[in-house]
Amino acid sequence: MSAVLPHAPLSLSSPSPAPVALRLDGVTKRHGAGGDAVVALDTMSFTVKKGEFVCVVGASGCGKSTMLNLVAGLDTPTAGKVVVAGERPALMFQESALFPWLSVEENVAFPLQMQGLSRKARAARVAELLGLVHLEKFARRRPHELSGGMKQRVALARALAQQAELLLMDEPFAALDAMMRDHLHSELEALWQKTGLTVVFVTHNVREAVRLGDRVLLLSSRPGRLVAEYEVDLDRPRRIESPEVARLARTITDRLLEAARHAAA
Amino acid sequence: MPQRELAGDVAAARPHLHALPGGEQAREGHVLIDMPERSAHEDPLRAGLRAATGEGEPAAGERPARARALWASAWPKLAAVALALALWELVVLSGWRPEYVLPGPRAVLGRLWADLLAGDIGVAAAITMKRALLGYAIALVAGVGLGLVLARVKVLRTAAGSLLTGLQTMPSVAWFPLAILLFQLSEAAILAVVVLGAAPSIAIGLLTSTDQVPPLLVRAGKVMGARGLSLYRHIIIPAALPGFVAGLKQGWAFAWRSLMAGELLVIIGHAPSIGVRLQFSRELSDAEGLLAWMIVVMLMGVLVDGLVFGVLERKIREGRGLTAEHA
Repeated sequence: MSAVLPHAPLSLSSPSPAPVALRLDGVTKRHGAGGDAVVALDTMSFTVKKGEFVCVVGASGCGKSTMLNLVAGLDTPTAGKVVVAGERPALMFQESALFPWLSVEENVAFPLQMQGLSRKARAARVAELLGLVHLEKFARRRPHELSGGMKQRVALARALAQQAELLLMDEPFAALDAMMRDHLHSELEALWQKTGLTVVFVTHNVREAVRLGDRVLLLSSRPGRLVAEYEVDLDRPRRIESPEVARLARTITDRLLEAARHAAA
Repeated sequence: MPQRELAGDVAAARPHLHALPGGEQAREGHVLIDMPERSAHEDPLRAGLRAATGEGEPAAGERPARARALWASAWPKLAAVALALALWELVVLSGWRPEYVLPGPRAVLGRLWADLLAGDIGVAAAITMKRALLGYAIALVAGVGLGLVLARVKVLRTAAGSLLTGLQTMPSVAWFPLAILLFQLSEAAILAVVVLGAAPSIAIGLLTSTDQVPPLLVRAGKVMGARGLSLYRHIIIPAALPGFVAGLKQGWAFAWRSLMAGELLVIIGHAPSIGVRLQFSRELSDAEGLLAWMIVVMLMGVLVDGLVFGVLERKIREGRGLTAEHA
């Protein structure tokens, strides 16, 4: 295991002391104990600046769910340190995870209720959030009445309701068709630019990562290690089918395959 | 939707029909596919219309459809009752037992009506229902409390889980000798057994239903700040509600059975409950009365099951889009 200097991330593109939204310092996570222990994350270090959109790609088994759990505070690292700016981060999943017994507006109001906001304050904020994801008309509907894309938009509104500085997204669009995904990429990008949120977006779709991210972090599998990172220096809004996106995606995919071969060997 | 599948089957069986232009096709296949074809076409159309207008409220034109749906669900039940009465009448007519032992439906229903008008049934039903509700209420509190504690404390669950199952499977009549010994022939004896009958089912219903809460929802709740009791209140209990209601329903069935057994065994003279009336009818060899009271017991069970738990279950299922497609 390589020694990691405190407060010195492996690679930080700009050395200027921009405000940091998330920092992992030599984070290791082992599941189980003794000979059966599985190392899910191996001395992982990286920093996400405030307002940055960082995509994390890796094959299955790269420990991305473990990493998100650690950052979301649902689990604690075996070694190392996770530093999150502000309150508890918001987390969005591949499935909407909407509560089926609540209407759309009640779902979006849920984090506000947990924060102890009054009914009136909640209603105003919920209307605003549903406006952001263009679902005002569906406030009274139940989740089962919505399409997959609409559910994810409600989930996004609910995540935004938390007013966290950091939004974690765990393959949020993986279950959607390509057209809906394209559409939601644009919506998410617009929202991100409007709110100044910091986003950590986990995906195994490399093009999606290049389409959305300021930076793409590449993780290897078993154990999960940070093997490379790419600066995405392309103008926004990008198109997922543009040649520039495709070119960088190809470079990253090649590196990903190399890492996979390395892991298999 | 079975109708659509049916239409598909028919189409598969006669593929040439689909090769013909639409109007011709319906005429060609008239005898065979008219009914399923039409309903298969109607359904998505109406659903699409509803989606397009964004209306959940039934339009004026749907009222006859609703009446038809009501009739569709009512007539098989009525037919089944009629069939049961006819069978009963047949057995009586066969002369298997003399009529003073096994009277026919007409005499029994007449007696039922007369007792109802005289107010006897009302009085007895009120006494019995009061006991049932009181016992069930106590069982509800005890069952939920026990279930929650066992759900939260793993050691206790390991320790008491199988004991609870043992309690649940034990026929509640077996408790009566002990209950009578402890409480004499009193309301308390009946109540104790009703509670013992219902509480384990409610607790087990709560436990299994909380076990089945999707972990993703719990995770989502935690991320949004629900911890400890508020996690239970806002996520786990609502998510477990459908299974919990099934446990409540089973608890009611056990409470009702225990109560009937109790009222037959623990006769309290000044309280003419349904059980007392049943027992007296037997002692007086009043077969008409006996059967009439049995019908009362059955009807009360059906009413509570349908009106309380049936409605509750349907509401929950509909609200979550769990309405069975085959229903």
